[in-house]
Amino acid sequence: MKNDNLMLTKPSGAVYWRRLWLRICRHWQVYVFLFLPVAFILLFHYYPMTGIQLAFKQFDFKKGIWGSPWVGWVQFDKFFNSRMFSRVVKNTLRISVYEIFAGFPIPIVFALLLNSFRHERLKKSVQTITYMPHFISVIVLVGMLFQILNSRSGLYGTIVHYLTGNYPKDILGSAKAFTHIYVWSGIWQHFGWGSIIYLAALTGVSPELHESAQIDGASRFQRVIHIDIPTLLPTAIIMLILRAGQVMSIGFEKVYLMQNTLNMINSEVISTYVYKIGLTATIPDYSYATSIGLFNSVINLVLIIFVNQLAKRVGDTSLW
Amino acid sequence: MNTVIQTKNLLAMAKPSKVKLSTADKVYYSIVYSVIIFLTILVLYPLIFVVSSSFSSGQAVTSGRVVLWPVEFSVESYKRVYEYKVIWTGYRNTIFYTLVGTLWNVSMTACAAFALSRPKLPGRSWLMFLFAFTMLFNGGLIPNFLLIRDLGLYNSPWVLIIPGAISVYNMIITRTFFQNSIPAELNEAAVVDGCSDFRYFFAILLPLSKAVLSVITLYYAVGHWNSYFSAMIYLNTRNYWPLQLFLREILINNQFSAEMLTTMTDEEIQKLQGMSDLLKYAFIVVATVPILMVYPFIQKYFAKGVMIGSIKG
Repeated sequence: MKNDNLMLTKPSGAVYWRRLWLRICRHWQVYVFLFLPVAFILLFHYYPMTGIQLAFKQFDFKKGIWGSPWVGWVQFDKFFNSRMFSRVVKNTLRISVYEIFAGFPIPIVFALLLNSFRHERLKKSVQTITYMPHFISVIVLVGMLFQILNSRSGLYGTIVHYLTGNYPKDILGSAKAFTHIYVWSGIWQHFGWGSIIYLAALTGVSPELHESAQIDGASRFQRVIHIDIPTLLPTAIIMLILRAGQVMSIGFEKVYLMQNTLNMINSEVISTYVYKIGLTATIPDYSYATSIGLFNSVINLVLIIFVNQLAKRVGDTSLW
Repeated sequence: MNTVIQTKNLLAMAKPSKVKLSTADKVYYSIVYSVIIFLTILVLYPLIFVVSSSFSSGQAVTSGRVVLWPVEFSVESYKRVYEYKVIWTGYRNTIFYTLVGTLWNVSMTACAAFALSRPKLPGRSWLMFLFAFTMLFNGGLIPNFLLIRDLGLYNSPWVLIIPGAISVYNMIITRTFFQNSIPAELNEAAVVDGCSDFRYFFAILLPLSKAVLSVITLYYAVGHWNSYFSAMIYLNTRNYWPLQLFLREILINNQFSAEMLTTMTDEEIQKLQGMSDLLKYAFIVVATVPILMVYPFIQKYFAKGVMIGSIKG
């Protein structure tokens, strides 16, 4: 604790340390508040980081993490040379990039449109309804997808049958359709919720700006272009940075539920592959799974630092 | 000068609708309204469809006759759901995990956020980094799994409560609120009056922070109610399973346990196919309604909560 306060540098020797000690003592109650949270962070977040050594070892059940023998980069070589490497990386990237391109602009457009709504009551109801799906659990969401997209008894089957007279092919088992279903169901679920942050930013616009523009004869659409969009830009840039930094991390939960043997070619992503190698395989390989996970975490870390640096330079905004 | 602007403002506020719209505005507004209404229907329709299906007859559902409202209205499916015992086990467990877990989360988060919001705390930026770094990097699945096993939490219900004590994101939201929305003078005055940090926290800070506390309570509660991953990898005993895992069996893996079939006659088993779809809709409704009930009450705080989250601390 003492050492890092050196950064504050007021080096007047013993006096400095004495003052610091007094300040620490004066705050003892605050440190009591911190005790449990810090203990938890250390135990459940930092201690597992020591387990990363597994990526460079061959795990031995009898000897545990610390006692297992070092093997160097063997696990990584194995991963980079396996045929799954390009598959899981490509799938992860494909889903992510698709999601950013399709999903990122929609909440912004939605917020811009909703912001120019002139009926407060109707606006409130629209908000209540469009936020709702965000609270549905992934299991229920995927359950709904399975029911509705069922090619016989589902809504999808019924509609296609009504229009063409034939039942369609099963799209839940189609590798091609997987990415589209995954991304668009996600957009359906979260676009309303995602618009909150932009709506909040738009309420920060001073009404005088709109009034003077109106007096100058600007139409509502022109005000959107020249007032609303510039207001949203900094928020949008930050959100895009955050999102781009996560381009290599796709949540496990939904992909895993939507997977089946027929769509696996397009649906196996890094997180689900790690899970299968490490926990559900007939012979779980802890070291191999850890090294794949580490490969992914390091890329994520580098990406987020990189995009943040970029944002600092381009937009003068930064996450930290 | 001032009065002129004020009258203008008043005029603008009082009669927004009487201002005659230009053609450009008319076109713009009709596009806005139709797009928004279209999107709202798009969101609403699947939800209504699910609820309507759950109140229809099995035959109507399988033959695709349900379009918008229930066809051959029946509550048969809900009777069956009610008889399906594991759902109640799941419900009981989920309610326990959600209540205890959320309480634990919110207290830990508020404590950490309070400490880290003190401007003159020695080591504050270092501690903040300690928390924030965990958002950028983590040990990964296997090291976490091994830790849980070594701690003896494997297959213990507490595994769903203890390890996830703090979400750093929520902690930062709370901390930003403490810093920006509670005037610093309040703390100074309290200190002058000899108020301890403990008392300040409980008697002054918490009562003034209802907005942010409601938002993070909702975030944590929804998280507990909806999550299945930890339960799936750490809990073997069905008796400890949360609702979501039972739902997964029914909705995703398409398994109804034998227990359910024994309550049916032969003739009913023939109708199982139709019944199975119907039941799934009913399960979806039963599992989702409770959490959706909570949210309108807290809705007014959302904009605030999400907004403060976006300001870096």
